[in-house]
Amino acid sequence: MQCPSKLLIAVLMITGISAFGYYEAANAEYGDVVMNEFSDDAGMRPVVFPHWFHRIRFRCKVCHGDLGFKFEAGGNGINMLKIIDGEYCGACHDGDVAWSIENCDLCHSGIPSTPTHVHHSTVQKLVAPVRSTTDDSAEVGDAEAEE
Amino acid sequence: MNPINTRGLTVLMFACGAAVIAMLFLASLAAAQSDPNRFNRLMKPAAERNAPPPMDGIHDAESEGTYLLQTPLEAFATLPKSKSGNYVQWNEAIDANAIVPRNNLGEQTMPPIVLDLNIVREVKGSMPDVVYPHKQHTQWLDCANCHPAIFIPQKGANQISMASILLGEKCGVCHGKVAFPVSECRRCHSRPKQQTVEN
Repeated sequence: MQCPSKLLIAVLMITGISAFGYYEAANAEYGDVVMNEFSDDAGMRPVVFPHWFHRIRFRCKVCHGDLGFKFEAGGNGINMLKIIDGEYCGACHDGDVAWSIENCDLCHSGIPSTPTHVHHSTVQKLVAPVRSTTDDSAEVGDAEAEE
Repeated sequence: MNPINTRGLTVLMFACGAAVIAMLFLASLAAAQSDPNRFNRLMKPAAERNAPPPMDGIHDAESEGTYLLQTPLEAFATLPKSKSGNYVQWNEAIDANAIVPRNNLGEQTMPPIVLDLNIVREVKGSMPDVVYPHKQHTQWLDCANCHPAIFIPQKGANQISMASILLGEKCGVCHGKVAFPVSECRRCHSRPKQQTVEN
């Protein structure tokens, strides 16, 4: 009796998405990182990295220490060559610890042309835009990124 | 009539009925959204929290891969709740063994090196002083993640302001991006000021 529940979920999703576009405003998880450094140009969907999923399985230091990920969305210059050579995501996404890289769509799952940003980061959540008190040229781009 | 077809028809009718109900429900939600005097006009409604990937606004619902991803609510069902961020108390989850995140690559996980040392920072202004607990941080992080690049490990050597935190520096490298958000003032500003002046 799996079929009816699956069908129901599908119908609910389709009505939810297409009928009203109600969910178009982004409601993704706090800390989800969209990375679109190279994806759009390469004709791929941007990568969505769910922090919440990974922190259930690994402590921060494994990626942000042992694997060398900097604390900066889009700041690591990750590309597929590095990944297949076992660097960055490729340290686990090798078909052994986690599913391997031929499952393109599981990472490259973002809506095309979504800019690189950390979802629901502070500057995004501010109702009014924030301005640096020390440096006018400071980067506050995340606020615009969600638009 | 073939009994399987009958069941299929019943399921289809049920699904259509559900679809109509869902559409009405969503329509009422949309109407509620347009009420200019609604509560929490600028905030995200509670019902939209922890949305599944196809509905979260950044995953592409047209990609088949999106539907294979785990939904946050499924993962969070067994975890202690909070009022912000992912709506999960991540440190309580570790303390209660609700999650056991690995501390290294490979299946043989080494226990983290936890440092139980509180640093009190006396703050300007009227807010309570900040108590920084190394314990909760070293459950997740290595010393080298913060020292010395983000915080110089020396008393009085670090200038920290809420403005810089809001802009993603110092504590704001993680808090406000992935660790609990800066709206949780009292989780850091937790020690009442020493009363030196009688009012």
